[in-house]
Amino acid sequence: MRIDCPLCGSRDMREFYYQGAAVALARPAPDAGEAAWDDYVHLRDNPAGQTRELWHHEAGCSAWLVVTRDTVSHEISKVALAADVKEAGA
Amino acid sequence: MVELTAKTPCDGLLPLSIGEAQLTEVAAGVLTSLTPLGDAAALGAALEKAHGLGWPAPLRARGKEGARCIWFGRDTALLMGPAPDPALGRHAAVVDQSDAWAVVQLKGPGAVAVLARLVPVDLRDGTFKRGHTSRTQLYHMSASITKTGADSFMILVFRSMAATLVHDMKTAMEAVAARG
Repeated sequence: MRIDCPLCGSRDMREFYYQGAAVALARPAPDAGEAAWDDYVHLRDNPAGQTRELWHHEAGCSAWLVVTRDTVSHEISKVALAADVKEAGA
Repeated sequence: MVELTAKTPCDGLLPLSIGEAQLTEVAAGVLTSLTPLGDAAALGAALEKAHGLGWPAPLRARGKEGARCIWFGRDTALLMGPAPDPALGRHAAVVDQSDAWAVVQLKGPGAVAVLARLVPVDLRDGTFKRGHTSRTQLYHMSASITKTGADSFMILVFRSMAATLVHDMKTAMEAVAARG
């Protein structure tokens, strides 16, 4: 599997570290309540299809990436810098 | 007082010449990481004024032996050679890295073949030219690799990995040489 890093170009998977679903970009406010925090910390979808994940280009440029990947075909349809995604969402 | 003697990271390990590749240690001078605080363009202007080096685009290196500024990751560059001008501190986080990295040069017609055994990035002439740089892995080590000449590469790994670097490079150089 290869990931197309927006800074480095197409790179082998061994350079990347997988963090999990890209929920960390939508961290609830400290006083958001138990339900919101329970959802944020513990509850994840398990889709057969498109999912958004955070990958760290650990052995490369050190950027955090939001990777849109299909869990059935493993096809990667989109890769973006997490910083850009966060900025666009704010 | 105890008299302490400074040793380079690859002291006693290099130089090595095997087949058509030579591995030597590079005295790179002062190493400084620069991370822009806000505007990278302002930092680039300050770099240009103080050291005659611009802010490097991703995957690119500026300057030449004695004074380089190489891309070192997202929003990071490594100034190699001159001591950083104090003016840079207004535009960037300026951190001394001089003793943190082992700097070596691999040179020779066999250099690309040696690195092809260790690095998951295409470093051949067609795609990786002089002035190109990359953060990637060298075997299992996090490394910075810069093309500095027609058949020469500058390689940086963490200083603590210097002996491992030399060992892995030696193994690859011997394997390439054995193929003739």
